[in-house]
Amino acid sequence: MFKKLNNIGDCGIVCDFGDEVSRSINTSVIKLFYYIKKEVSEGNLDGVLNYTPSYNKLIINFDLGKINSSKIKDFLNSVDFSKLKTSQNSKKWTIPICYDFEMDLTNMSKTLKIDKDKIIDIHLNTNFFIYMVGFIPGHPFMGDLDSKLFLNRLKTPRVKIPAGSVGIVEKFCNIYSYESPGGWNIIGRTPTKLFNKKDESNPCLLSPGDSVKFKSVSKKEFEKLNNE
Amino acid sequence: MSNIFFEVLRPGINTTFQDGGRFHMQHFGVTPGGCMDIESFLIANALVGNSSNEGVIEFAYQGPLLKLIKGKTKISITGNVLFQIKKLNEEAIKGQCYRTYNLDEGDQLDILATKQSAYGYMALEGGFDLKYFCKSVSILDRAEIGSNDGKKIKTNDKINIKRNRNEKKNFRTNFSNTNRDTIRVLKGPQFDSFAKDSQKDFFSKNYKISNLTDRMGMRLEGSIIKNIVSTNIRSEGITKGAIQVPADGQPIILLTDYPTIGGYPKIANVISADYNLLIQKTPGEKIFFKLIELREAEQLYKEHLNNISKTIKNIKEIN
Repeated sequence: MFKKLNNIGDCGIVCDFGDEVSRSINTSVIKLFYYIKKEVSEGNLDGVLNYTPSYNKLIINFDLGKINSSKIKDFLNSVDFSKLKTSQNSKKWTIPICYDFEMDLTNMSKTLKIDKDKIIDIHLNTNFFIYMVGFIPGHPFMGDLDSKLFLNRLKTPRVKIPAGSVGIVEKFCNIYSYESPGGWNIIGRTPTKLFNKKDESNPCLLSPGDSVKFKSVSKKEFEKLNNE
Repeated sequence: MSNIFFEVLRPGINTTFQDGGRFHMQHFGVTPGGCMDIESFLIANALVGNSSNEGVIEFAYQGPLLKLIKGKTKISITGNVLFQIKKLNEEAIKGQCYRTYNLDEGDQLDILATKQSAYGYMALEGGFDLKYFCKSVSILDRAEIGSNDGKKIKTNDKINIKRNRNEKKNFRTNFSNTNRDTIRVLKGPQFDSFAKDSQKDFFSKNYKISNLTDRMGMRLEGSIIKNIVSTNIRSEGITKGAIQVPADGQPIILLTDYPTIGGYPKIANVISADYNLLIQKTPGEKIFFKLIELREAEQLYKEHLNNISKTIKNIKEIN
Protein backbone atom coordinates (compact mmCIF):
# COMPACT_ATOMS: atom_id res chain seq x y z
CA MET A 1 0.00 0.00 0.00
CA PHE A 2 1.32 3.45 -0.86
CA LYS A 3 1.95 5.91 1.98
CA LYS A 4 0.92 9.07 0.12
CA LEU A 5 -0.12 10.49 -3.23
CA ASN A 6 1.46 13.67 -4.58
CA ASN A 7 1.07 15.70 -7.73
CA ILE A 8 4.00 16.02 -10.10
CA GLY A 9 3.18 18.80 -12.54
CA ASP A 10 -0.44 19.11 -13.71
CA CYS A 11 -0.44 15.76 -15.54
CA GLY A 12 1.35 13.40 -13.15
CA ILE A 13 0.72 11.61 -9.84
CA VAL A 14 3.38 10.04 -7.62
CA CYS A 15 2.39 7.03 -5.51
CA ASP A 16 4.96 7.07 -2.74
CA PHE A 17 5.52 3.75 -0.91
CA GLY A 18 8.05 5.07 1.64
CA ASP A 19 11.70 6.08 1.75
CA GLU A 20 13.40 2.68 1.92
CA VAL A 21 14.74 0.65 -0.98
CA SER A 22 13.78 -2.93 -0.20
CA ARG A 23 12.57 -5.88 -2.19
CA SER A 24 9.27 -5.97 -0.32
CA ILE A 25 8.48 -2.29 -0.98
CA ASN A 26 9.53 -2.68 -4.61
CA THR A 27 7.28 -5.73 -4.94
CA SER A 28 4.27 -3.64 -3.85
CA VAL A 29 5.20 -0.98 -6.41
CA ILE A 30 5.38 -3.63 -9.15
CA LYS A 31 2.03 -5.13 -8.14
CA LEU A 32 0.31 -1.75 -8.48
CA PHE A 33 2.14 -1.20 -11.75
CA TYR A 34 0.78 -4.44 -13.26
CA TYR A 35 -2.71 -3.66 -11.99
CA ILE A 36 -2.73 -0.20 -13.61
CA LYS A 37 -1.25 -1.58 -16.82
CA LYS A 38 -4.09 -4.12 -16.95
CA GLU A 39 -6.78 -1.52 -16.19
CA VAL A 40 -5.40 0.72 -18.97
CA SER A 41 -5.28 -2.12 -21.50
CA GLU A 42 -8.88 -3.03 -20.67
CA GLY A 43 -9.92 0.56 -21.35
CA ASN A 44 -10.84 1.42 -17.75
CA LEU A 45 -8.46 4.37 -17.39
CA ASP A 46 -8.85 6.46 -20.51
CA GLY A 47 -6.26 9.24 -20.66
CA VAL A 48 -3.55 7.46 -18.66
CA LEU A 49 -0.41 7.52 -20.82
CA ASN A 50 2.42 6.05 -18.76
CA TYR A 51 2.99 4.25 -15.44
CA THR A 52 6.62 4.12 -14.40
CA PRO A 53 7.72 2.05 -11.41
CA SER A 54 10.95 2.92 -9.60
CA TYR A 55 12.49 1.56 -6.35
CA ASN A 56 9.79 2.90 -4.06
CA LYS A 57 7.45 4.95 -6.24
CA LEU A 58 5.05 4.65 -9.14
CA ILE A 59 4.55 7.69 -11.34
CA ILE A 60 1.43 7.95 -13.46
CA ASN A 61 1.40 10.36 -16.41
CA PHE A 62 -1.87 11.32 -18.03
CA ASP A 63 -3.41 13.45 -20.76
CA LEU A 64 -4.84 16.48 -19.00
CA GLY A 65 -7.27 16.94 -21.89
CA LYS A 66 -8.96 13.65 -20.92
CA ILE A 67 -8.56 13.07 -17.19
CA ASN A 68 -7.24 15.01 -14.19
CA SER A 69 -5.31 14.33 -11.02
CA SER A 70 -8.30 14.20 -8.68
CA LYS A 71 -9.92 11.42 -10.76
CA ILE A 72 -6.65 9.45 -10.74
CA LYS A 73 -6.30 9.92 -6.99
CA ASP A 74 -9.87 8.67 -6.48
CA PHE A 75 -9.06 5.61 -8.56
CA LEU A 76 -5.83 4.91 -6.64
CA ASN A 77 -7.54 5.32 -3.29
CA SER A 78 -10.10 2.71 -4.31
CA VAL A 79 -7.51 0.02 -5.14
CA ASP A 80 -7.75 -3.03 -2.88
CA PHE A 81 -4.08 -3.87 -2.32
CA SER A 82 -4.84 -7.20 -0.68
CA LYS A 83 -6.10 -8.46 -4.06
CA LEU A 84 -3.15 -7.37 -6.22
CA LYS A 85 -0.89 -9.97 -7.75
CA THR A 86 2.31 -9.84 -9.71
CA SER A 87 1.05 -10.92 -13.10
CA GLN A 88 4.41 -12.14 -14.35
CA ASN A 89 6.56 -15.04 -13.35
CA SER A 90 9.94 -13.62 -12.50
CA LYS A 91 12.77 -15.04 -14.57
CA LYS A 92 16.35 -15.99 -13.71
CA TRP A 93 19.05 -14.74 -16.08
CA THR A 94 22.74 -15.45 -16.53
CA ILE A 95 24.46 -12.51 -18.20
CA PRO A 96 28.00 -12.79 -19.59
CA ILE A 97 30.44 -10.09 -18.55
CA CYS A 98 34.01 -9.42 -19.65
CA TYR A 99 35.92 -7.66 -16.87
CA ASP A 100 38.73 -6.68 -19.29
CA PHE A 101 36.55 -3.72 -20.31
CA GLU A 102 36.60 -2.20 -16.80
CA MET A 103 37.38 1.50 -16.44
CA ASP A 104 37.42 2.01 -12.69
CA LEU A 105 38.60 -1.22 -10.99
CA THR A 106 42.02 0.21 -10.10
CA ASN A 107 40.55 3.25 -8.38
CA MET A 108 37.85 1.17 -6.75
CA SER A 109 40.44 -1.23 -5.41
CA LYS A 110 42.35 1.68 -3.87
CA THR A 111 39.26 3.32 -2.36
CA LEU A 112 37.79 0.09 -1.01
CA LYS A 113 41.16 -1.48 -0.10
CA ILE A 114 40.06 -4.72 -1.74
CA ASP A 115 41.94 -6.58 -4.50
CA LYS A 116 40.51 -6.29 -8.02
CA ASP A 117 40.03 -10.06 -8.16
CA LYS A 118 38.11 -10.01 -4.89
CA ILE A 119 35.83 -7.22 -6.20
CA ILE A 120 35.13 -9.33 -9.29
CA ASP A 121 34.56 -12.38 -7.12
CA ILE A 122 31.97 -10.59 -4.96
CA HIS A 123 30.24 -9.24 -8.07
CA LEU A 124 30.11 -12.69 -9.69
CA ASN A 125 28.67 -14.25 -6.56
CA THR A 126 25.88 -11.72 -6.12
CA ASN A 127 22.38 -12.78 -7.01
CA PHE A 128 20.93 -9.51 -8.30
CA PHE A 129 17.28 -8.50 -8.07
CA ILE A 130 15.95 -6.10 -10.72
CA TYR A 131 14.22 -3.16 -9.04
CA MET A 132 13.38 -1.19 -12.16
CA VAL A 133 14.10 -0.55 -15.83
CA GLY A 134 14.56 2.90 -17.29
CA PHE A 135 16.60 6.05 -17.82
CA ILE A 136 17.36 4.81 -21.34
CA PRO A 137 15.55 1.91 -23.11
CA GLY A 138 16.12 -1.48 -21.46
CA HIS A 139 18.51 -0.18 -18.76
CA PRO A 140 18.14 -2.20 -15.48
CA PHE A 141 18.76 -1.01 -11.91
CA MET A 142 19.74 -4.06 -9.84
CA GLY A 143 20.63 -4.82 -6.22
CA ASP A 144 21.88 -5.72 -3.71
CA LEU A 145 25.66 -5.62 -3.59
CA ASP A 146 27.62 -6.55 -0.50
CA SER A 147 28.18 -3.41 1.61
CA LYS A 148 31.96 -3.97 1.23
CA LEU A 149 31.63 -2.69 -2.36
CA PHE A 150 29.59 0.46 -1.62
CA LEU A 151 30.89 3.40 -3.66
CA ASN A 152 29.57 6.82 -4.67
CA ARG A 153 29.04 8.04 -8.22
CA LEU A 154 32.10 9.42 -10.02
CA LYS A 155 32.69 13.06 -9.09
CA THR A 156 32.63 14.01 -12.77
CA PRO A 157 30.32 11.82 -14.85
CA ARG A 158 31.70 10.53 -18.15
CA VAL A 159 30.29 12.08 -21.31
CA LYS A 160 30.21 8.74 -23.13
CA ILE A 161 30.01 5.22 -21.75
CA PRO A 162 29.98 2.39 -24.32
CA ALA A 163 26.85 0.28 -24.72
CA GLY A 164 26.92 -2.86 -22.57
CA SER A 165 29.06 -1.31 -19.79
CA VAL A 166 28.31 -2.66 -16.33
CA GLY A 167 28.55 -0.18 -13.46
CA ILE A 168 28.13 -0.07 -9.72
CA VAL A 169 27.10 2.65 -7.25
CA GLU A 170 26.21 2.06 -3.58
CA LYS A 171 24.38 -1.28 -3.42
CA PHE A 172 23.29 -1.09 -7.06
CA CYS A 173 24.53 -2.48 -10.35
CA ASN A 174 23.43 -1.28 -13.81
CA ILE A 175 24.00 -2.14 -17.46
CA TYR A 176 24.17 0.74 -19.95
CA SER A 177 21.93 -0.63 -22.71
CA TYR A 178 23.04 2.11 -25.12
CA GLU A 179 26.00 4.47 -25.30
CA SER A 180 25.18 7.15 -22.81
CA PRO A 181 26.63 9.71 -20.42
CA GLY A 182 26.89 8.39 -16.86
CA GLY A 183 28.58 8.50 -13.49
CA TRP A 184 28.71 4.84 -12.38
CA ASN A 185 31.94 2.95 -11.65
CA ILE A 186 32.52 0.73 -14.68
CA ILE A 187 33.72 -2.81 -13.90
CA GLY A 188 33.15 -4.62 -17.22
CA ARG A 189 31.01 -4.99 -20.30
CA THR A 190 28.37 -7.45 -21.52
CA PRO A 191 27.70 -8.42 -25.15
CA THR A 192 24.03 -9.13 -24.29
CA LYS A 193 21.54 -6.81 -26.02
CA LEU A 194 18.95 -5.59 -23.56
CA PHE A 195 16.45 -3.95 -25.90
CA ASN A 196 14.92 -5.59 -28.97
CA LYS A 197 13.05 -3.17 -31.24
CA LYS A 198 11.52 -6.06 -33.16
CA ASP A 199 9.42 -7.11 -30.19
CA GLU A 200 6.99 -4.23 -29.78
CA SER A 201 4.96 -5.74 -26.95
CA ASN A 202 7.91 -6.71 -24.77
CA PRO A 203 11.15 -5.18 -26.08
CA CYS A 204 13.12 -5.44 -22.82
CA LEU A 205 15.08 -8.58 -22.00
CA LEU A 206 14.97 -7.85 -18.27
CA SER A 207 11.91 -6.95 -16.19
CA PRO A 208 11.50 -5.71 -12.62
CA GLY A 209 11.35 -8.69 -10.26
CA ASP A 210 13.69 -10.84 -12.39
CA SER A 211 17.02 -11.98 -11.00
CA VAL A 212 20.45 -11.82 -12.63
CA LYS A 213 23.78 -13.57 -12.06
CA PHE A 214 26.87 -12.59 -14.04
CA LYS A 215 29.19 -15.09 -15.72
CA SER A 216 32.75 -14.09 -16.52
CA VAL A 217 33.85 -14.45 -20.17
CA SER A 218 37.15 -13.76 -21.96
CA LYS A 219 37.63 -10.98 -24.49
CA LYS A 220 37.55 -13.59 -27.25
CA GLU A 221 34.25 -15.05 -26.05
CA PHE A 222 32.92 -11.49 -25.65
CA GLU A 223 33.73 -10.68 -29.30
CA LYS A 224 32.13 -13.93 -30.45
CA LEU A 225 28.91 -13.30 -28.49
CA ASN A 226 28.89 -9.66 -29.54
CA ASN A 227 28.87 -10.61 -33.21
CA GLU A 228 26.07 -13.14 -32.88
CA MET B 1 4.72 1.52 -52.07
CA SER B 2 4.06 4.92 -53.60
CA ASN B 3 6.35 6.42 -56.13
CA ILE B 4 6.09 9.97 -54.85
CA PHE B 5 9.03 11.34 -52.95
CA PHE B 6 11.25 14.20 -51.88
CA GLU B 7 14.99 14.15 -52.00
CA VAL B 8 16.86 15.85 -49.17
CA LEU B 9 19.33 18.38 -50.63
CA ARG B 10 20.17 19.84 -47.21
CA PRO B 11 18.97 18.26 -43.97
CA GLY B 12 19.07 21.26 -41.61
CA ILE B 13 20.38 21.09 -38.07
CA ASN B 14 18.03 18.78 -36.22
CA THR B 15 15.38 17.53 -38.63
CA THR B 16 13.31 14.53 -37.55
CA PHE B 17 10.00 12.79 -38.12
CA GLN B 18 7.68 13.22 -35.16
CA ASP B 19 4.05 12.81 -34.15
CA GLY B 20 2.12 13.05 -30.89
CA GLY B 21 4.51 10.64 -29.16
CA ARG B 22 4.79 7.04 -28.03
CA PHE B 23 2.96 6.07 -24.87
CA HIS B 24 2.60 3.07 -22.52
CA MET B 25 6.37 2.45 -22.92
CA GLN B 26 7.99 4.53 -20.19
CA HIS B 27 8.38 1.47 -17.92
CA PHE B 28 10.65 -0.03 -20.61
CA GLY B 29 12.82 3.08 -20.48
CA VAL B 30 11.29 4.48 -23.68
CA THR B 31 10.49 8.17 -23.37
CA PRO B 32 7.23 9.42 -24.97
CA GLY B 33 9.05 11.82 -27.29
CA GLY B 34 6.97 13.31 -30.10
CA CYS B 35 6.76 16.89 -31.34
CA MET B 36 8.26 19.49 -29.02
CA ASP B 37 5.51 22.00 -29.90
CA ILE B 38 2.27 20.02 -30.00
CA GLU B 39 0.21 23.10 -30.86
CA SER B 40 2.13 23.83 -34.07
CA PHE B 41 2.03 20.11 -34.92
CA LEU B 42 -1.77 19.89 -34.60
CA ILE B 43 -2.37 23.03 -36.66
CA ALA B 44 0.06 21.90 -39.40
CA ASN B 45 -1.86 18.63 -39.84
CA ALA B 46 -5.28 20.31 -39.71
CA LEU B 47 -4.30 22.76 -42.49
CA VAL B 48 -3.63 19.92 -44.94
CA GLY B 49 -6.69 17.95 -43.82
CA ASN B 50 -4.81 15.18 -42.02
CA SER B 51 -5.86 13.30 -38.93
CA SER B 52 -4.41 14.89 -35.81
CA ASN B 53 -1.65 12.34 -35.16
CA GLU B 54 -0.16 12.09 -38.68
CA GLY B 55 3.66 12.22 -38.72
CA VAL B 56 5.31 15.53 -39.66
CA ILE B 57 8.81 16.88 -40.12
CA GLU B 58 10.16 18.83 -37.15
CA PHE B 59 13.15 21.11 -37.65
CA ALA B 60 15.12 23.36 -35.32
CA TYR B 61 16.79 26.69 -36.20
CA GLN B 62 17.66 25.75 -39.79
CA GLY B 63 15.25 23.56 -41.72
CA PRO B 64 15.76 21.24 -44.68
CA LEU B 65 15.95 21.94 -48.41
CA LEU B 66 13.71 19.38 -50.10
CA LYS B 67 13.15 18.69 -53.77
CA LEU B 68 9.96 17.00 -54.93
CA ILE B 69 11.35 14.49 -57.41
CA LYS B 70 8.12 12.69 -58.28
CA GLY B 71 4.43 13.46 -57.82
CA LYS B 72 2.47 16.42 -56.48
CA THR B 73 1.61 17.32 -52.95
CA LYS B 74 0.31 19.99 -50.61
CA ILE B 75 2.26 21.27 -47.61
CA SER B 76 1.82 23.50 -44.59
CA ILE B 77 4.48 25.08 -42.41
CA THR B 78 3.78 26.19 -38.84
CA GLY B 79 5.79 27.95 -36.18
CA ASN B 80 7.63 31.18 -36.91
CA VAL B 81 9.54 30.15 -39.99
CA LEU B 82 11.29 31.81 -42.92
CA PHE B 83 10.94 29.68 -46.06
CA GLN B 84 10.54 29.85 -49.81
CA ILE B 85 9.28 27.66 -52.60
CA LYS B 86 11.33 27.54 -55.77
CA LYS B 87 9.17 26.49 -58.70
CA LEU B 88 10.64 24.57 -61.59
CA ASN B 89 10.30 27.72 -63.76
CA GLU B 90 12.71 29.53 -61.38
CA GLU B 91 9.89 31.53 -59.83
CA ALA B 92 10.49 31.94 -56.08
CA ILE B 93 7.52 32.24 -53.74
CA LYS B 94 8.13 33.73 -50.31
CA GLY B 95 6.45 31.39 -47.85
CA GLN B 96 3.89 32.27 -45.20
CA CYS B 97 3.29 30.09 -42.18
CA TYR B 98 -0.22 28.86 -41.32
CA ARG B 99 -1.28 28.41 -44.93
CA THR B 100 -0.93 25.62 -47.47
CA TYR B 101 0.97 25.49 -50.76
CA ASN B 102 0.73 23.10 -53.68
CA LEU B 103 4.02 21.60 -54.76
CA ASP B 104 4.55 20.05 -58.18
CA GLU B 105 7.22 17.79 -59.56
CA GLY B 106 10.61 19.50 -59.52
CA ASP B 107 9.65 22.17 -56.96
CA GLN B 108 12.00 22.86 -54.09
CA LEU B 109 10.98 23.76 -50.57
CA ASP B 110 13.72 25.70 -48.81
CA ILE B 111 13.12 26.06 -45.08
CA LEU B 112 15.73 28.67 -44.22
CA ALA B 113 15.33 29.39 -40.52
CA THR B 114 13.08 29.66 -37.51
CA LYS B 115 12.70 33.29 -36.44
CA GLN B 116 13.06 34.11 -32.72
CA SER B 117 12.00 30.56 -31.99
CA ALA B 118 13.45 27.07 -31.94
CA TYR B 119 11.09 24.63 -33.68
CA GLY B 120 9.04 24.58 -36.86
CA TYR B 121 6.84 21.95 -38.52
CA MET B 122 6.04 20.76 -42.00
CA ALA B 123 2.96 18.64 -42.69
CA LEU B 124 1.92 17.09 -45.95
CA GLU B 125 -1.54 16.21 -47.31
CA GLY B 126 -2.00 12.46 -46.76
CA GLY B 127 1.22 12.20 -44.78
CA PHE B 128 4.72 10.80 -45.13
CA ASP B 129 5.13 7.08 -45.73
CA LEU B 130 6.85 6.08 -42.50
CA LYS B 131 7.50 3.03 -40.39
CA TYR B 132 5.91 2.84 -36.96
CA PHE B 133 7.40 1.56 -33.74
CA CYS B 134 4.80 1.05 -31.02
CA LYS B 135 2.19 3.16 -32.79
CA SER B 136 4.43 6.17 -33.32
CA VAL B 137 6.82 7.41 -36.02
CA SER B 138 8.71 9.66 -33.59
CA ILE B 139 12.39 8.97 -33.50
CA LEU B 140 14.60 8.59 -30.46
CA ASP B 141 18.10 8.76 -31.88
CA ARG B 142 19.90 7.55 -28.72
CA ALA B 143 18.28 4.12 -29.17
CA GLU B 144 17.63 4.37 -32.92
CA ILE B 145 13.93 3.85 -32.34
CA GLY B 146 11.16 4.95 -34.71
CA SER B 147 10.85 5.78 -38.41
CA ASN B 148 13.88 6.34 -40.66
CA ASP B 149 15.75 3.71 -38.54
CA GLY B 150 15.52 6.13 -35.64
CA LYS B 151 17.83 8.62 -37.31
CA LYS B 152 17.69 12.30 -38.10
CA ILE B 153 17.09 13.22 -41.75
CA LYS B 154 20.33 13.53 -43.73
CA THR B 155 21.47 14.66 -47.19
CA ASN B 156 20.34 12.42 -50.08
CA ASP B 157 17.65 10.71 -47.99
CA LYS B 158 14.56 9.81 -49.96
CA ILE B 159 11.35 10.82 -48.19
CA ASN B 160 8.37 8.85 -49.44
CA ILE B 161 4.89 10.34 -49.52
CA LYS B 162 1.77 8.20 -49.10
CA ARG B 163 -0.20 9.60 -52.03
CA ASN B 164 -0.57 12.40 -54.56
CA ARG B 165 -2.62 15.44 -53.52
CA ASN B 166 -6.39 15.23 -53.92
CA GLU B 167 -7.27 18.76 -52.91
CA LYS B 168 -6.40 21.58 -55.31
CA LYS B 169 -7.62 24.41 -53.08
CA ASN B 170 -5.38 26.06 -50.52
CA PHE B 171 -6.23 26.97 -46.95
CA ARG B 172 -5.09 29.34 -44.24
CA THR B 173 -5.77 30.26 -40.64
CA ASN B 174 -4.90 33.13 -38.32
CA PHE B 175 -2.30 32.57 -35.71
CA SER B 176 -0.17 35.01 -33.80
CA ASN B 177 2.90 33.76 -32.00
CA THR B 178 2.80 34.87 -28.39
CA ASN B 179 5.92 35.72 -26.52
CA ARG B 180 6.23 36.36 -22.84
CA ASP B 181 9.13 35.76 -20.49
CA THR B 182 7.11 34.38 -17.58
CA ILE B 183 6.76 30.61 -17.38
CA ARG B 184 4.18 29.35 -14.90
CA VAL B 185 5.06 26.37 -12.73
CA LEU B 186 3.75 24.17 -9.94
CA LYS B 187 5.80 23.19 -6.89
CA GLY B 188 7.96 20.13 -7.53
CA PRO B 189 7.92 17.01 -5.34
CA GLN B 190 11.17 18.02 -3.58
CA PHE B 191 10.39 21.75 -3.30
CA ASP B 192 11.05 21.67 0.46
CA SER B 193 14.58 20.31 -0.07
CA PHE B 194 15.69 23.78 -1.14
CA ALA B 195 16.71 26.69 1.08
CA LYS B 196 14.04 29.37 1.67
CA ASP B 197 16.28 32.07 0.14
CA SER B 198 16.82 29.90 -2.94
CA GLN B 199 13.07 29.33 -3.33
CA LYS B 200 12.63 33.10 -3.22
CA ASP B 201 15.40 33.63 -5.80
CA PHE B 202 13.90 30.99 -8.06
CA PHE B 203 10.63 32.92 -8.31
CA SER B 204 12.07 36.44 -8.46
CA LYS B 205 15.31 36.36 -10.45
CA ASN B 206 15.68 35.59 -14.12
CA TYR B 207 17.28 32.47 -15.60
CA LYS B 208 19.14 32.47 -18.89
CA ILE B 209 18.66 29.59 -21.33
CA SER B 210 22.11 28.11 -22.05
CA ASN B 211 23.50 26.67 -25.27
CA LEU B 212 23.32 23.22 -23.70
CA THR B 213 19.71 22.79 -24.68
CA ASP B 214 18.21 20.07 -26.86
CA ARG B 215 15.13 17.86 -27.13
CA MET B 216 16.08 16.15 -23.86
CA GLY B 217 16.63 19.13 -21.62
CA MET B 218 17.11 22.86 -21.22
CA ARG B 219 19.96 23.99 -19.01
CA LEU B 220 19.54 27.31 -17.25
CA GLU B 221 22.06 29.77 -15.82
CA GLY B 222 21.22 32.04 -12.93
CA SER B 223 20.96 32.26 -9.16
CA ILE B 224 22.31 29.12 -7.49
CA ILE B 225 19.57 27.02 -5.88
CA LYS B 226 20.85 25.62 -2.59
CA ASN B 227 19.75 22.18 -1.51
CA ILE B 228 19.54 21.75 2.27
CA VAL B 229 18.52 18.08 2.33
CA SER B 230 20.28 15.98 -0.34
CA THR B 231 21.47 16.69 -3.87
CA ASN B 232 20.61 13.13 -4.91
CA ILE B 233 17.32 11.35 -4.35
CA ARG B 234 16.25 7.77 -5.01
CA SER B 235 15.82 7.67 -8.78
CA GLU B 236 12.17 8.04 -9.73
CA GLY B 237 9.94 8.41 -12.79
CA ILE B 238 10.07 11.73 -14.64
CA THR B 239 7.42 14.01 -16.11
CA LYS B 240 7.81 16.41 -19.02
CA GLY B 241 8.64 19.91 -17.80
CA ALA B 242 10.16 18.78 -14.48
CA ILE B 243 12.77 21.29 -13.25
CA GLN B 244 15.57 19.39 -11.53
CA VAL B 245 18.47 20.91 -9.67
CA PRO B 246 21.75 18.94 -9.58
CA ALA B 247 24.53 19.56 -7.07
CA ASP B 248 25.85 22.66 -8.92
CA GLY B 249 22.57 24.48 -8.19
CA GLN B 250 21.78 25.34 -11.83
CA PRO B 251 18.31 24.16 -12.89
CA ILE B 252 17.69 21.85 -15.83
CA ILE B 253 14.19 21.61 -17.34
CA LEU B 254 13.48 18.12 -18.67
CA LEU B 255 11.91 18.28 -22.11
CA THR B 256 10.08 15.92 -24.49
CA ASP B 257 12.90 13.34 -24.89
CA TYR B 258 13.53 13.18 -21.11
CA PRO B 259 15.31 10.20 -19.51
CA THR B 260 12.47 8.09 -18.06
CA ILE B 261 14.01 7.88 -14.58
CA GLY B 262 16.10 10.47 -12.78
CA GLY B 263 17.77 11.00 -9.44
CA TYR B 264 17.94 14.76 -8.96
CA PRO B 265 15.52 16.66 -6.73
CA LYS B 266 12.89 18.71 -8.54
CA ILE B 267 12.01 22.21 -7.40
CA ALA B 268 9.13 22.81 -9.80
CA ASN B 269 7.27 21.61 -12.89
CA VAL B 270 6.32 23.72 -15.90
CA ILE B 271 2.53 23.74 -16.42
CA SER B 272 1.24 22.04 -19.58
CA ALA B 273 -0.31 25.27 -20.90
CA ASP B 274 3.10 27.02 -20.96
CA TYR B 275 5.22 24.15 -22.30
CA ASN B 276 5.03 25.17 -26.00
CA LEU B 277 5.94 28.73 -25.09
CA LEU B 278 8.98 27.48 -23.14
CA ILE B 279 10.43 25.17 -25.76
CA GLN B 280 10.22 27.82 -28.48
CA LYS B 281 12.65 30.01 -26.50
CA THR B 282 16.24 30.10 -27.73
CA PRO B 283 19.62 30.10 -25.95
CA GLY B 284 20.42 33.50 -24.47
CA GLU B 285 16.79 34.37 -23.72
CA LYS B 286 15.86 35.07 -20.12
CA ILE B 287 12.86 33.63 -18.35
CA PHE B 288 11.11 34.11 -14.99
CA PHE B 289 9.20 31.45 -13.10
CA LYS B 290 5.83 32.17 -11.53
CA LEU B 291 4.29 29.80 -8.99
CA ILE B 292 0.61 28.97 -9.44
CA GLU B 293 -1.78 26.36 -8.04
CA LEU B 294 -2.94 23.12 -9.67
CA ARG B 295 -6.53 24.30 -10.23
CA GLU B 296 -5.32 27.31 -12.18
CA ALA B 297 -2.92 25.16 -14.25
CA GLU B 298 -5.80 22.85 -15.17
CA GLN B 299 -7.99 25.80 -16.16
CA LEU B 300 -5.17 27.34 -18.23
CA TYR B 301 -4.68 24.06 -20.07
CA LYS B 302 -8.41 23.98 -20.98
CA GLU B 303 -8.07 27.49 -22.40
CA HIS B 304 -4.92 26.43 -24.26
CA LEU B 305 -6.78 23.52 -25.89
CA ASN B 306 -9.72 25.80 -26.72
CA ASN B 307 -7.39 28.22 -28.46
CA ILE B 308 -5.94 25.43 -30.58
CA SER B 309 -9.48 24.28 -31.51
CA LYS B 310 -10.41 27.86 -32.46
CA THR B 311 -7.38 28.20 -34.74
CA ILE B 312 -8.32 24.91 -36.39
CA LYS B 313 -12.01 25.89 -36.75
CA ASN B 314 -10.91 29.13 -38.40
CA ILE B 315 -9.15 27.36 -41.25
CA LYS B 316 -10.55 28.91 -44.44
CA GLU B 317 -10.17 28.37 -48.12
CA ILE B 318 -7.93 30.88 -49.90
CA ASN B 319 -9.72 32.46 -52.84
